[in-house]
Amino acid sequence: MIRFITIAALALLAGCASSPDSTGVNDPYEGLNRSVHSFNKAVDTVALRPVSQVYGTVVPGPVRTGVDNVADNLGLPGAIVNNTLQGDLGAAATNTGRFLVNSTFGFVGLFDVAGELGVPAQDTDFGETLHVWGVGEGPYVERPILGPSTTRDSVGYVVDLFLDPLDAVLSSPESDYRLAARVGELTNTRYRFGDTVDGVLYESADSYAQSRLIYLQNRRFELGIDDPSSSLGPADTDGSLYDELYFE
Amino acid sequence: MTNYTLNKTTRRTFLGTLAAFAAAPAFALTSREAEALVGGLVGDINKAIGSGQSEAAMIGDFTRIFGRYGDVPAIARSALGPTARSLSSGELRSYTEAFQGYMGRKYGKRFREFVGGRIEVNGARQAGRFYEVSTTAFLRGESPFEVTFIVSDRSGQDRFVNMLIEGVNLLATERVEITALLDRNRGNVSGLINDLKRAG
Repeated sequence: MIRFITIAALALLAGCASSPDSTGVNDPYEGLNRSVHSFNKAVDTVALRPVSQVYGTVVPGPVRTGVDNVADNLGLPGAIVNNTLQGDLGAAATNTGRFLVNSTFGFVGLFDVAGELGVPAQDTDFGETLHVWGVGEGPYVERPILGPSTTRDSVGYVVDLFLDPLDAVLSSPESDYRLAARVGELTNTRYRFGDTVDGVLYESADSYAQSRLIYLQNRRFELGIDDPSSSLGPADTDGSLYDELYFE
Repeated sequence: MTNYTLNKTTRRTFLGTLAAFAAAPAFALTSREAEALVGGLVGDINKAIGSGQSEAAMIGDFTRIFGRYGDVPAIARSALGPTARSLSSGELRSYTEAFQGYMGRKYGKRFREFVGGRIEVNGARQAGRFYEVSTTAFLRGESPFEVTFIVSDRSGQDRFVNMLIEGVNLLATERVEITALLDRNRGNVSGLINDLKRAG
């Protein structure tokens, strides 16, 4: 099953090998993406934003951190599979150690004991595995509810749903608790970065273009890709602007 | 004839001076100096974060820090892109001023979220025509993250010209923002300046 999905995904990705423009943005579906963005923004306005404010105000900080830790811990088996698929056995070993320590000494992952001991998570996903295997990011996509992504990473997201070893082990109600922890973590993230997210979504002149750029730059940074949209100084994307400014 | 000799001498002196300058290393700035600049910058930022002042005071602090350590004219001009070439010097001046105020408000507000945090300088390296100074931000309740400052001395003084937070490029995001504001004003620069005075 997994192999079938992987092959189907790779076939899909092979079909979208268009290249980004000079600013590093490849967005042939911009019209559709913008409609999805408006929808997501509306969902944020009526649901995620107000719910996150209630969650952040009513639920004490340590409890929210505990929920985040549970969600992170339950994400580790899937990460270990991807570490292995990427050939990164060191990261797989680190994450396995984290999972064992936090699931036992950390009370089913409520406490990040391993993190306190100086062993942070080496987060990864199938999108990164595809990157390691040489698949390009493909066009930018804004997904309903799930938000900014690329074609490669949205395929990765779907594959991750099937790759997770915990699915074979957990059944109801434990699997529901896991979903609840994930929703809690998302809500807490929206709460903790509230002003920053508000700034991008509601205060910028073009929130679609702004979130697209921020997502792409940060994702490329995570994957260690040299980012064409991320020139170092004022000169690079506009030819000799810097030179012109001082030496004209 | 005398006149001609004088001219020739003057010209030779001029060329000689020019050659002397050309022979000097293209970068007067060293990685130590770049690191020192960012050291001063994060020192001032840490002081502002630690002060626990009101939002208005933080905004004032950040606007001053930005003006003192950043190459504001270059950053403002680059954020505007090729349009900057068509501006009169008066327009460019008021645009730059409005841009500095907008940046101060936008990022000064963020400072309050950083209370109790600090930034540490890791080191500097040359990257093409610039210096990259790597720092780590330690904020309460967050995993430490990387902030890189890009430093140049093209303005005649050591100044930062860009900043990258976990790969997110300040100049690139501001270019998107300023372009969108300019589009909203149908390319009208005074409209953009008025919007900037209120934005952030």
